[in-house]
Amino acid sequence: MILIAGCVFMTKKQKKVLYRIIASFVLLVVISLVPVEGWMKAALYLIPYLLIGYDILKKAVLGVAHGEVFDENFLMAVATVGAMLLGEYKEGAAVILFYQIGELFQSVAVGKSRRNISALMDIRPDYANIEKEDGSLEQVDPDEVAIGTVIVVKPGEKIPIDGEICEGSSVLNTSALTGESLPREVAAGDMVVSGCVNMSGLLKIRTTREFGESTVSKILDLVENSSMKKAKAENFITRFAHYYTPAVCYSALALALLPPILNLIAGNPANWADWVTRALTFLVISCPCALVISIPLSFFGGIGGASANGILVKGSNYLEMLSKTKYVVFDKTGTLTKGVFEVTEVVPDKKWADSAAREEASGDVRAARTASDILLEYAALAESYSDHPISKSLRKACGMSNVAIGMPNDYIGQEVEGAQVSDVEEISGYGVRARVRSEAFADHTDNGKAGSAQAAGDTQTAGDMGTESREVAVGNAKLMRQMNLDFPEPDKAGTIVYVAIDGVYTGYILISDVLKEHSPAAIRELKAAGIRKTVMLTGDNRRVAQAVASELHVDEVRSELLPGDKVEQVEQLLAAKGRKEVLAFVGDGINDAPVLSRADVGIAMGALGSDAAIEAADIVLMDDDPRKIALAMRISRKCLRIVYENIVFALGVKAICLILGALGYAGMWLAIFADVGVMVIAVLNAVRCLKVDGRMR
Amino acid sequence: MKKTYKIEVDCANCARKMEEAAAKVEGVAAATVSFMTQKMNVEFAEGADVKSVMQNVVKACKKVESDCEVYL
Repeated sequence: MILIAGCVFMTKKQKKVLYRIIASFVLLVVISLVPVEGWMKAALYLIPYLLIGYDILKKAVLGVAHGEVFDENFLMAVATVGAMLLGEYKEGAAVILFYQIGELFQSVAVGKSRRNISALMDIRPDYANIEKEDGSLEQVDPDEVAIGTVIVVKPGEKIPIDGEICEGSSVLNTSALTGESLPREVAAGDMVVSGCVNMSGLLKIRTTREFGESTVSKILDLVENSSMKKAKAENFITRFAHYYTPAVCYSALALALLPPILNLIAGNPANWADWVTRALTFLVISCPCALVISIPLSFFGGIGGASANGILVKGSNYLEMLSKTKYVVFDKTGTLTKGVFEVTEVVPDKKWADSAAREEASGDVRAARTASDILLEYAALAESYSDHPISKSLRKACGMSNVAIGMPNDYIGQEVEGAQVSDVEEISGYGVRARVRSEAFADHTDNGKAGSAQAAGDTQTAGDMGTESREVAVGNAKLMRQMNLDFPEPDKAGTIVYVAIDGVYTGYILISDVLKEHSPAAIRELKAAGIRKTVMLTGDNRRVAQAVASELHVDEVRSELLPGDKVEQVEQLLAAKGRKEVLAFVGDGINDAPVLSRADVGIAMGALGSDAAIEAADIVLMDDDPRKIALAMRISRKCLRIVYENIVFALGVKAICLILGALGYAGMWLAIFADVGVMVIAVLNAVRCLKVDGRMR
Repeated sequence: MKKTYKIEVDCANCARKMEEAAAKVEGVAAATVSFMTQKMNVEFAEGADVKSVMQNVVKACKKVESDCEVYL
């Protein structure tokens, strides 16, 4: 049944073996019904025996001729030829028949799981569309597309080459690369990476790389070569097989010769037939196939399952190391935090805010606006000329909070034209001073602080819009001191931006790097997975580092490090850990390359489109989710558990059967089970590695 | 220099044997055979003639595993 079902997946070679199996099986049944004896019987049984076993005999002979004595073909040949010589014709032919059935089953099962795993990783695009002059599309080999060519990607197609969208907008499915099912929206001007699937609109993309240099090629290259880096468990099997096969052969020889000779010496009947049969059974049992096939298959399945979840593992050795990881060292910025500065708090001065609130009560048309919004918007406007990261985050926060009622969201952008922001003065190391005139907040400041406005003498600029321009000062504490203002100095982690309008302190804005949403969960999961210690390294100041660490419950923080210090810190940690414990370093891959390669296992995250990370790291997380570290660890442990299960199971069953065989309790049939059965069970167990519980806990 | 070749081999043990055989060929610095991806990675020694070395590699592989294929 299984064989018939498997037929569909068989190659030509496998089908040929299947026909030989069926034919010789039928022959065997027929011959066993024919009542002949003596040499006629031997000759008849020789037909199915040779039909099914000729290739094994041939390989055995060739093997011996080439000095490769102890392989499974040799074992099989010696065992069955021996059986035939002893007159056990039916057993001899049956053993080799069942061996072939087992081999076929294994070959089909392994081939199928191999293809399944490969299919998981198959993100290779087959073609690229190029628009011809008459507007029709031509499919070409992606390898032939030069940099700067415009390619067309239709809905449902894979993006074949990295590039920049020059026309069209769409939604991309990045799950083949990241394991992340949330679609990503893209539009003209966005950079896109190959391997994503275009889901909705037609895209025209100007390529920025050759196919061979594109993300998809690099990933494929990495995954395909991953099985070349072998884990210790795999090397163990190779070394094991090296000694095991000769050992069992000599044991079998001893089993066949020694007892009968001892019997003869002792004066008893030699009992040759019995001992030779036992020795042959012993040989059949001993075949190391189960181990040799199931261990690499387990690792391959683990790597395949991981890559389906957006975790690329560069070799089975890293999977093995990951399972033993006890220390995880993180880089802070970009790994646990988003690495972008965001406005996290806006605190208007109470006095100023109260006056603003009174305005709301007195029937202001823009009642929805709060003092915080006004403060933020003034600051953003004053900083609108600056390219400083802080200015950017101010502008971003402003756009998001949608303060400017009745105006489009790109309000700030229009302002940069200079119509309402003028006399910008950047005071290096202090901040920015600018004159800002805006209809949107005229009311508050006019009425709330009419006195000061008048005092500042701005009335002359109150023109066609009926507003006045204000002098806005945005900057650090030094700026406030310089202006002789009274202001609070809160003890908060992050950068504090103070705002003064017309010489009056109006409040502060806290800007800090925000934690990734899943970072606390990631640390929790790592702890649950038995990580002994988590360490965070950062170049930031102590206060920021401590704040982040206590929020995440990281065990140890080392702050105010220069990039070079990080390597030193990791080396210290490496020296302090136990010999069998593994230290993993997690970084964003942009400036961590030296640390990534120094750690036992280097994990780079958010690597989509970053070559440096793919090069330097051992394990690459394709998206930004730090919880994937724990997931990768669970995958590696499951995989390693299966590997050890298979080693123990296969060796255990073999050892028991070998002993039973030597003592004469196990016949050929048990021997076949010990060989083929164990192998099949081990292969099926190995395939479990592929199944990953991708849920984040 | 490193090159990757597509191969066809039936069992993991055979792949292992091919790997051992290929690594012993003169001009080959290191060789790995992956049964899973059906690929052979060969790192050539300095100044080795890839073409003739690979012919020897194929010969060596055929010797240990008669029905393997290496696509050059």
